[in-house]
Amino acid sequence: MIKISNLTKKFGAHISLDNVNCELNKNESIALMGANGAGKTTLIRSILGYYHPDGGEVLINGVNPIKNRMQVLQEISFVPQLPPPIKLSLYELMQYISISAKVDKELIEHYANEMKLDIKENMHKSFFKLSGGMKQKMLIAISLAKNSSIIIYDEPTANLDPKARDDFYRLLKQNEEEKVLLFVTHRLEEVKDLVNRQIYMDLGKVVWDEKA
Amino acid sequence: MGFSGLSRLLLMYIQITIVILPIFILITTVRSISGDRDNHILEYMLSFPISLKQYYWGKIIGRFITVYLPVLFAMVVAIVYGAVKGALIPWNIFFLYTGLLFALSSAFLGIAFFISSFVKSSEVALGIAFFVWIVLLAFIDIALISLMMQQRFNEELILIIAMLNPMEIFRVAAISLFDPELTVMGPVAFYILDSMSQGVFVFISIAYPLGVGLIFAFLGFKIFKNKDLV
Ligand SMILES: Nc1ncnc2c1ncn2[C@@H]1O[C@H](COP(=O)(O)OP(=O)(O)OP(=O)(O)O)[C@@H](O)[C@H]1O
Ligand SMILES: [Mg+2]
Repeated sequence: MIKISNLTKKFGAHISLDNVNCELNKNESIALMGANGAGKTTLIRSILGYYHPDGGEVLINGVNPIKNRMQVLQEISFVPQLPPPIKLSLYELMQYISISAKVDKELIEHYANEMKLDIKENMHKSFFKLSGGMKQKMLIAISLAKNSSIIIYDEPTANLDPKARDDFYRLLKQNEEEKVLLFVTHRLEEVKDLVNRQIYMDLGKVVWDEKA
Repeated sequence: MGFSGLSRLLLMYIQITIVILPIFILITTVRSISGDRDNHILEYMLSFPISLKQYYWGKIIGRFITVYLPVLFAMVVAIVYGAVKGALIPWNIFFLYTGLLFALSSAFLGIAFFISSFVKSSEVALGIAFFVWIVLLAFIDIALISLMMQQRFNEELILIIAMLNPMEIFRVAAISLFDPELTVMGPVAFYILDSMSQGVFVFISIAYPLGVGLIFAFLGFKIFKNKDLV
């Protein structure tokens, strides 16, 4: 599904991705690990088509995410490392998402409920005024409602309380079938039951790749 | 209020518009893209299947509305006030002036988005915006232009410099609308209006800044599209 070939990305003199080769397939739940600055976020952003690589390429179902971003992004759900300070209200944000990605708003509310986030109560509140954990819950609800075949999470549990984490993993467990689930994490024990493949990165390279 | 009092007031209003509107637009707009990039809003919002074209031009249209609406609103208030006071409303001047403001706003909006598309950070964007403004402002100063004439710069050169500057164009056009005698205008306006009819000049003074805005906005889009997004 995701094919990364000889991918190199530099920022100035710094090499963030160094000739990465990797294939991520259907029904894989992958924990992507590595020290701070190893290149995990850079790899994810390359999959999303944000970076023009210095070498190599990424293909999603054979399609280039830079040239055909609309087609590729329809298939991807993404939650970033830090929830951004979006000024839109929850209502407007949901509007934006339902129009751009054809996501059912009721489904977002459904998953938000499952995550114990009351959207109705905060409907006209600015997204950035929610608490850190609430923001993450909202983004997670959106990512699940989008029902994509590729789900990418860049450390989504950082601000979640233990209860919310359990809810989150339970929901993921229900949603991982026939999908690629790519998960950046620093706490493997948390996602052990969920993942069936582990990839370690260091200094921009994949140094270890193990399927269960 | 006598005519001279009124026109002095208008003149002041125009002068203030020339100085304030561009810097207001530049400062509030120049961080649109770079700000979204800095605080990772782009990273999230662009993870949805929306084309870059839609995002960029949507952003411009949104900014344009927030910038231009208050200006238009102020004009309408002035008209209503005038009508209530029983003044004869000069509709043609109203429409032309609104058009001039529209064109001036577009020019600086386009320039702001252009800057926003390539800067590394919002601080740099602000710095560049301020620099652009100060340079253009320097070249509407009558003193500076008179100085250039004293220094025996070639007339055409002065004319070209004046005509290239959207702020100066706006200034000459606006004042020529309100005060055809150009008593307060200074020598450059005489040169300009001497070399073409007022009609042609007003047309240019709307079309040119509009074109400048569109060209810069378009260049900004090209850069935005071909650069790393986050
Ligand atoms: N836009 C950028 N400009 C310059 N350098 C960058 C940029 N993005 C990332 N880097 C550099 O690339 C390297 C990899 O960064 P990346 O964010 O991919 O790390 P990471 O594995 O996600 O780390 P963390 O676990 O801390 O999130 C780092 O050295 C970082 O400084
Ligand atoms: Mg990271």
